Amino acid sequence: MMMSSKYWLPGVLVLALVSAFALAAQQNGAPATGTSKTANAAKRTVPQSDEGQRIFQQHCSRCHTAPDGFSPRISGTVVRHMRVRASLSQHEEEELLRFFNP
Amino acid sequence: MLGLAFSLKYRSAARAFRRALSVLAILATAHHASAQDVPLISGGVGFFTGANAGSTTYMPLIEPLLAAPIGHHVLIESRAALLESFAPNGGDQPGYNHTHFMGLTYLQGDYVALRHFTIVGGDYLIPFNTYNERLSPIWIGDFQDGPLIAALGVFSSGSGLGGMLRGNAIARNKYSIDYAWFYSARSGNEQFSAQRGSGGRASLYLPGQRLEMGLSYDRLLQGTHENFYGAHLWWQPRETAFRLRSEFARGHHAQGYWVEADYRTRAFGGLDSAIGRIEPVFRMQQTFRRDTIVSDGLPLVNTQRADFGLDYNLPHNTRIVTSYARQFSSTGKKNVWETGIVYRFLFPAWKGK
Repeated sequence: MMMSSKYWLPGVLVLALVSAFALAAQQNGAPATGTSKTANAAKRTVPQSDEGQRIFQQHCSRCHTAPDGFSPRISGTVVRHMRVRASLSQHEEEELLRFFNP
Repeated sequence: MLGLAFSLKYRSAARAFRRALSVLAILATAHHASAQDVPLISGGVGFFTGANAGSTTYMPLIEPLLAAPIGHHVLIESRAALLESFAPNGGDQPGYNHTHFMGLTYLQGDYVALRHFTIVGGDYLIPFNTYNERLSPIWIGDFQDGPLIAALGVFSSGSGLGGMLRGNAIARNKYSIDYAWFYSARSGNEQFSAQRGSGGRASLYLPGQRLEMGLSYDRLLQGTHENFYGAHLWWQPRETAFRLRSEFARGHHAQGYWVEADYRTRAFGGLDSAIGRIEPVFRMQQTFRRDTIVSDGLPLVNTQRADFGLDYNLPHNTRIVTSYARQFSSTGKKNVWETGIVYRFLFPAWKGK
């Protein structure tokens, strides 16, 4: 028997929202995603409120998991690629570059 | 005859691909890069298997990406796909049948002209909704398959040939707005096939709420002129590794939506612990036909599908991607089982000090 299509959308939305709120409530105080060695290195040397880290978490990890690490020689190229792909502002590009090269 | 045509097409594609890579390599090496601006090679290599309603396929695949900055304002970037697909011969025939594909996904030049204004030229991914530009690389997508509506609004090939203006229009602490607008010419070239069309996307992002919403529109300007409308909503709650993504798209002959959620827990030693690397994923999608003209790649009848995935993020940029999907439609129900492993690479194009 096929499920009626009118029940799918509300059902899914309710399920998704309830799950999201429940999960969000469980995660108080933990830092957001960022498993890259570069990112972790930066975390150790700059305050949590660092602008570059915030931009990294908001714009990069929105789409993908951070890579385990990469050479500082390509950090400028990575950031320029992200500027175009993620439509970063000039300020965000500069802060992100500073974050990768503290 | 068919084999000869395929062989010629394959050789022509290979020639064009090698030519494009050579141009990129020359561009990359001609530039005396500064300390942080060395060209990079990235991408993903994977091995996927799938069983779709009983038909099994095995597919090794590599998607290399090259990005080469020139000066302070220009970036040349390209992505390609090379794959071989194996499937058992049907009936009582032993052995496997196989097909291969090699082609450029995009090859574009970006010129960061002003603070809020970047000019893109070449063969670019069409900025319609989010999947095509952001989630289609194999090292990013949570599922092996794209959503059912992925073909809507991207003019068959997924890429346009021409120009695009894009950038961040407004960036404030509480919100930001970005935009992309493109015009594509018609092209029958093997590697750069495109259809004439125009359109764009605008998105609003609220950093406080970690909420992004956007609208897309484009119009096919050849053959029967068709309009495509899209909307997306993404939410990544603050201080969690939970992500909710969704898209709606409406074309001339069909429409549909998908909603996807994924989550990793920090409760058992953080994201890099054995438990924290587990990533359950769920995607719900529906498509609806508006008429019986089938020209958009969507299912021929109204379809519902639920995908249940379990990914595992191994160390060293390696990811196991598995999923089970149950698909319902008036033509029947089917199961889709998929398993794959993907390694993501990212390194400078040449050795340095």
